[in-house]
Amino acid sequence: MGIDMIIFTVLSAIAIAAALGVILSKNPVNSVLCMITCFVAIAGHYIMLNAQFLFVVHLIVYTGAIMVLFLFVLMMMNLNADIEPQKRNWLKYAGAISGGALLLVLVAALRDASVPAIQSGAPTDIGLISNLGKTLFTSYVVPFELSSVLFLSAMVGAVVIGKK
Amino acid sequence: MDLTLIDKYFLIEKIGLISAVLAISLLIAMYSTWAERKVAAWIQDRRGPNRAGPFGLLQPLADGGKLFFKEEIIPSTANHFLFVLGPSMAMLTACLTSAVIPWGDVLNFGGYAVSLQIADVNIGVLWIMAVVGMGVYGIMIGGWASNNKFSLLAACRGASQVISYELPMGLALIALFMISGSLSLKDIVEQQRDGLWYVVLQPVGFLIFLICAFAECNRTPFDLPEAENELNGGYHLEYSSMKLGFYLFAEYINMFISSALMATLYFGGYSFPYMDSLGLSPNLVTILGICALFLKTFAFIFFFMWVRWTLPRFRYDQLMKLGWKVLIPLALLNMLITGAVILYRQNGF
Repeated sequence: MGIDMIIFTVLSAIAIAAALGVILSKNPVNSVLCMITCFVAIAGHYIMLNAQFLFVVHLIVYTGAIMVLFLFVLMMMNLNADIEPQKRNWLKYAGAISGGALLLVLVAALRDASVPAIQSGAPTDIGLISNLGKTLFTSYVVPFELSSVLFLSAMVGAVVIGKK
Repeated sequence: MDLTLIDKYFLIEKIGLISAVLAISLLIAMYSTWAERKVAAWIQDRRGPNRAGPFGLLQPLADGGKLFFKEEIIPSTANHFLFVLGPSMAMLTACLTSAVIPWGDVLNFGGYAVSLQIADVNIGVLWIMAVVGMGVYGIMIGGWASNNKFSLLAACRGASQVISYELPMGLALIALFMISGSLSLKDIVEQQRDGLWYVVLQPVGFLIFLICAFAECNRTPFDLPEAENELNGGYHLEYSSMKLGFYLFAEYINMFISSALMATLYFGGYSFPYMDSLGLSPNLVTILGICALFLKTFAFIFFFMWVRWTLPRFRYDQLMKLGWKVLIPLALLNMLITGAVILYRQNGF
C-alpha cells in the first residue's frame, strides 16, 4: 500500500466518521463542528488530486465563511434538547421514507454509471490556478460571467430582504 | 500530487524546517510579551519588567511557569470538550500560516539544496486567507462553550470583526496579485528582489492590509473582543491557567506571522538592497537575507506595539463603519486604478 493510498484511506475514514457525526449528534453545535471536519477531510482529497485551487477555495468558502455563519446562528439561538419541540410520529415516518427513496435513486443512478478509466498520460496540473484561470477566461467565459451576474443579483437580493 | 518524490531526505528536511519555524514562532511570541511591556514602559516613561534576570529577560519564563501552575477552573455549566477545543483551535490556526512564508532563499549543504520555505505552493496567499477565515473558530467556540453571556457577546463581536475585515484584506491582495501575476509568496519575493518593493507600487493596498492585519489580530485600536471595560475581559473571560495562556499566546503568534507576511508581501521579504552585488557566497547572502526578513518583521511588531500604546480603542459601530464604508470602497477603487494602469501599460489606449 503506497503512501497516497494510506492518506486516502485516513481522509476517507475521517470524512465518513464526521459525516455520520453530523446526523447522529444531538447537539447542533457539535453537528456543525463535525461538518467542518468533514469539509476539511474532503479538501484533503482535493489536494491529493492536485486540485490546489479547488482545495483552498473549498476551505475559504465552506469552512471559512459558510460554516462560520451556521455556527453563528446556532450559537445565538442556543438550541438544546430541552427546548426542542417533540416531532410527531408521522413526520418521522415521512422523513424516513423520503430519505430511503432518495437513497434508492442515488444507488440506481450510480449502479449504471460508467466510470471512465483514468488515462495514465493525462495532465495532472489541470487543477493549478493558472491553468484553471486561463480555461475559465477563454473557453468558459460566458457561463463564468453569467454566474457572476447571478451572484451579484443574489447579493442585492439579500441586502433588499435585510433592509425590510 | 506526485507523492513518489517523497524520500527520506525530503521528509527529514521538512520535519526539521517545520520544527525550527514552530520553535522560532513560539520563542518570538514569548519575547513579544516581554517587548510589549518594555515598549509600553518606554512610551509611558516607566522602567517595565526589570526584576527577573538582566533587563527582565527571564520574565516570560516566569510568566509561563505561573500560567502552568495556576489552578485550572472549568465552569461546571461549560461544554467541557468545546471549552478545551477553543484555545487549541486558536493556537492551531495561529501556527498554520507560517507554512507558506519563505523565510529565506536556498541554503546549500555540500550539494544538497534546502529551500527555507516549508511549502512553495502556488496558492500561498489564498492558503493564508483560508487560515485567517478559520481563525474565527477559536474565538467563537471558546466564547460559546464558556456559557457566559459576556463571553458570547465578545465572541460574536470577534467573529463579525474578523469576517468584516477579511473582505478589504482580500481586495487589497487582489490588487497586489494583478501586479505580481502569481500567488506564490516565493515568486512575489523574487520579483521584489529584482525590482521595486511592492509598497512603492501599492501604497494604498499596503495601508488597507495593515489596518486589516490589526483587526484580524484583535489588536488595539480594534481589540473589541476583549474590551475589558464593557465585557469584563472578553471571550476568554472564563478561562484560567494555560488555556488563557494559549489565547494570549495565539495573539502574539498571529502578530508575528502577520508582521512577517507584511514584510514578505510589501517590503521584499528576505531580499535586501544590493544583495546580489555584494560578491559574498550564496549561503552567506541567504543568512543575511533571513536576518533582513527578521529585522523587517521586528520593525512591524514594534509598530503593532507602538500603536497599541498610542491609540485608544474604537467604538464598535466605528469599527464596522470603517470596515464596510471606508476600507472596502477604498480597496475596490485601488483595484480599479491598478487594473487600469496595468491595461494602459500593456496596450496603451
